[in-house]
Amino acid sequence: MSDATTAKKPAVAKETFETILEVKGLKRYFDVSAPWLNRVLEGAPEQILKAVDGIDFAIKPGETFSLVGESGCGKSTVAKLIVGLHGPSSGSIEFEGRDIANLSRKQMGPIRRRLQMIFQDPYASLNPRWKVRDIIAEPIRAFGLADSPDEVLERVGQLLTQVGLSPVDGEKYPHEFSGGQRQRLSIARALASEPDFLVCDEPTSALDVSVQAQILNLMRDLQKKLGLTYLFISHNLAVVCHVSDRVGVMYLGRLVEVAPSDILFTRPRHPYTRMLLDTIPDLEMSGRERMPVAGEVPSPINPPSGCAFHPRCPFANDRCKSERPEPRPLADGAVVACHGVEEGRVPDDPIMAKVPVPEGLNV
Amino acid sequence: MSKHLLEVRNLRIDFPTRKGILTAIDDVSFHIDEGEVLGVVGESGAGKSLTGAAIIGLLEPPGRISGGEIVMNGRRIDNLEYEEMRKIRGREIGAIFQDPLTSLNPLYTVGRQLTETIMTHTDMTPTKARERAIELLTEVGIPAPETRVDQYPHQFSGGMRQRVVIALALCVNPKLVVADEPTTALDVSIQAQIIALLKKLCREHGTAVMLVTHDMGVIAETADRVAVMYAGRIAEIGPVRQVVKQAKHPYTEGLMGSIPMIGHTDEKLRQIEGSMPRLTSIPTGCAFNQRCPKAFDRCFKERPDTIAVDGTEVACWLYDKEAAHV
Repeated sequence: MSDATTAKKPAVAKETFETILEVKGLKRYFDVSAPWLNRVLEGAPEQILKAVDGIDFAIKPGETFSLVGESGCGKSTVAKLIVGLHGPSSGSIEFEGRDIANLSRKQMGPIRRRLQMIFQDPYASLNPRWKVRDIIAEPIRAFGLADSPDEVLERVGQLLTQVGLSPVDGEKYPHEFSGGQRQRLSIARALASEPDFLVCDEPTSALDVSVQAQILNLMRDLQKKLGLTYLFISHNLAVVCHVSDRVGVMYLGRLVEVAPSDILFTRPRHPYTRMLLDTIPDLEMSGRERMPVAGEVPSPINPPSGCAFHPRCPFANDRCKSERPEPRPLADGAVVACHGVEEGRVPDDPIMAKVPVPEGLNV
Repeated sequence: MSKHLLEVRNLRIDFPTRKGILTAIDDVSFHIDEGEVLGVVGESGAGKSLTGAAIIGLLEPPGRISGGEIVMNGRRIDNLEYEEMRKIRGREIGAIFQDPLTSLNPLYTVGRQLTETIMTHTDMTPTKARERAIELLTEVGIPAPETRVDQYPHQFSGGMRQRVVIALALCVNPKLVVADEPTTALDVSIQAQIIALLKKLCREHGTAVMLVTHDMGVIAETADRVAVMYAGRIAEIGPVRQVVKQAKHPYTEGLMGSIPMIGHTDEKLRQIEGSMPRLTSIPTGCAFNQRCPKAFDRCFKERPDTIAVDGTEVACWLYDKEAAHV
């Protein structure tokens, strides 16, 4: 899929085909069945939650790839799979050409140094009993990146300065910092092991907008300075638009559209992407017409047949109900999984306000 | 008497602590007219929810109103006895909170909670009240209301629960609804639905709304006027279009600039340095002076009150005519 994406777009094709991370057919199922005894005695069915159901994407060195979607679409599970906090049910995760999905703890060690993660909640992800100095020094010590205690301290000081705090802050505890400062600490800790690749799972969702702007700017500066690659996960399309080079839109465990950021936001193809874009409150107050939003995300335990979006989609027909659409590359580099787009049933008109709401759904 | 539906005059809320009295809301005045949507926006800790809580009389101790007054329909409501306030709450002022799961009782069916509220405030018979409850559920767009009315909150999805909470807030046609972050816990597509519903219902019933949120986008979509709060005070209040498009206060300006927007792919977002001061360390003069790029001497000495400038009111010395010539 990624090769198709890059090959079709001349601007991207000029760059190397080398990818830092490539995910192929990645699946993660969770068994959410009732306990064994209930199944035997009451005949409760086995239930499998398909959190991530076969996704492919590739990330090039130095770029920011974002995954966006509503809660329950599996975006955070992807993040956890990549850093190895979950094992995949099937599929592969290749980091610089090497499959890291099924490595042993020992083999994973050196790769973990290069692959770090920033979590959403800066209140829960820092140990309240540790001094900041120790929190940030932990990766340095764990990976043996410094020779002496003095060197560790010096490095901690550098890291704190790098994220806009002062080296003397190392003597404090996390509770002495505000939310934004704590997120800076999380970033400093993630950078401590000198990684190449950062997985950022909703790094600014818990923060106020003015602080969010500070963190996003900091992340961008660090990316330029250290040549980092980001996998950025968020539900906020405006933030995603601001930070990303390429964006993948997820719906119920599958990628429905992957496209370069400028294309996705100016010419969204998949009806779900369009619906998401239309839900963003309009700060320009232009009074533009918008596609009415209908229905809710169905349960991932029992997703609709065919295309999972068909019950909410104004363009759905019988084919959408029975046949699952596969991702197909388009001429401008976007990859869309939609029968309607393939058959030309979905109009290219960016405004879909006049589209009727499917029956049985209330707005 | 006053012609406004709700008038808040010089409201002050204190929290007595062992280390002294903290003033969380300091000299806040605004009004809401009938059928109007007033947005209240600000960062966490700015005091926007506290103002809402004070209006519906649900300020949690040790917080207390230590000055000013709240006048609803010409009647002062900030000093009422508990029982009297209870009659006003629900009847005249409805409330919608952020988390629909905590604002519904998990042990009662949705229908029982609705009929209870209806029967407390009107003399409807139980059968009538139940009919009204089903009517309300239909109105807020819940499919199959006849069966849903006998279900428990856990059987509803997040968006549906928030619809029930809206039905609960509007069930006896209050004049004012205080909606405290009604969509923050919801997904974007559900948020759009709830906002559209709230707008539609309030327009139909002529209900005024005080919409408390941190999301400027929601305000821009919904509100008629907006109050921007910072560190327990109103920084700027005025018609929403003016505040969003031509922000006057440097804080509002910074806040607007720091919101990432689709279609504006500037290299960097505008950022306001630092963070909002804690209640224990609000600087003298203007509370924003340490982060303000345009601060001058007077900002560090005197506290600005709101000054009327081109239809909006701004608490900033930059707009004081005498100072402009200095």
